[in-house]
Amino acid sequence: MTMEIQVTVNGTAYTKDVEPRVLLVDFIRSSLGLTGTHIGCDTTSCGACTVLLDGQPVKSCTMFAVQANAASLGTVEGLKQNGALHPIQEAFKEHHGLQCGFCTPGMMLVGSALIAENPHPTDDEVRWAISGNLCRCTGYMNIVSAIQAAGAAGEGN
Amino acid sequence: MFPPSFEYSAPGSLSEAMALLGDLGDEGRVLAGGQSLIPMMKLRLAQPAHLVDINGLKELSYVRREDGHLAIGALARHAEIVKSPLVGEVSKSMAAAAPWIADPLVRNRGTLCGSVAHCDPEGDWNSVMLAVGASVVAASSSGERVIPIADFVVDFFTNSLRPGEMVKEVRVPVPAGASGGSYDKLERKIGDYATVGVATHLELDRGGRISQAGIGLTSVHNHNLKATAAEQILVGQGPSDGLFAEAAEAAAQACQPSSDVRGPADYKRAVVREYTKRGLAKALAGARGEK
Repeated sequence: MTMEIQVTVNGTAYTKDVEPRVLLVDFIRSSLGLTGTHIGCDTTSCGACTVLLDGQPVKSCTMFAVQANAASLGTVEGLKQNGALHPIQEAFKEHHGLQCGFCTPGMMLVGSALIAENPHPTDDEVRWAISGNLCRCTGYMNIVSAIQAAGAAGEGN
Repeated sequence: MFPPSFEYSAPGSLSEAMALLGDLGDEGRVLAGGQSLIPMMKLRLAQPAHLVDINGLKELSYVRREDGHLAIGALARHAEIVKSPLVGEVSKSMAAAAPWIADPLVRNRGTLCGSVAHCDPEGDWNSVMLAVGASVVAASSSGERVIPIADFVVDFFTNSLRPGEMVKEVRVPVPAGASGGSYDKLERKIGDYATVGVATHLELDRGGRISQAGIGLTSVHNHNLKATAAEQILVGQGPSDGLFAEAAEAAAQACQPSSDVRGPADYKRAVVREYTKRGLAKALAGARGEK
């Protein structure tokens, strides 16, 4: 049994039929083909599946797609605007804020939500904000630097 | 991971939700934040036949001060508790615990009422609720009843809701006089369950004696444990380090931790003893306005 849902993702409206048990992350990846949202632990621990739900970062492995009916979602594919990288993407590139890249979409979305509220976060504030997102490669120093740099750069625009 | 199939409803009003839950009885389960329920469904530890999603009922999304208590609605998310200035005014124990619930992303979605209803002995909120003497408003199509938290928390993942009822609100009493509280959580990393968590709450009378005392323990029993014997040691007494040590010993004796990946039982009991002592000292300092 499926249900029809309407959801806006990165500004584009979609109408789709989904089974209630389909997780939001699987809907985004399989039904919408937006594979920048990753499945890491699949147990609400790692944050690789982070998306913005009406602007707030949440774990899309721990929500059903039907719950996103009428909501507005942001994924990593939506960060780029008019062909230009988002300041957070520039900063992750510039500050080597990634190694394998698996956690990066989640880190960038959490970072973008943080700097939207607080453009000049301290180290502690950044570390607190990303404490639900795990990086298993490179550690967090460059991720913290990148988010801070993006905040500073974004404000200059 | 996919959970088994279920029916899904997203009622547009509280009365519609109540009617649906009444019809469904044991088959129905409320879906609020889903941060515990959905993982359990994915692991097939929970297989509700029908989910009643209350996320559309914005009238349940509140933290407000009412006559004699702080009222937390069924849709108030942990992140809102962290931000609400009312919480710290009423309960220092709640304000201390809120930032340590799960992780920031889970706090954006999970709810206090859902966590209370879940009755996971490793959940933090019920220890705080036991310490502060909260109560739970259970609503159904036939009305509401108010359940003291000590009667609500029954056992391992077991509350005293009847079929067709849902937690509509949690109420935290506004202390009569000077009060303080704490929540100390030992965890291996953010987002892990507590190895041990200790909530304390103290109220002082005008003469500086302890008029109310509450201690709630996380992850050291089949359910969040109210350390009643320890509380009784404190009430009516003038606070002192010796008295707090005696209460801490009683709390340590009351708990029954199990040895697991987070540590051996003796270690957890020792942490309960130390955290209770420290927590009571913090609660006293808070009640005296020292911090």
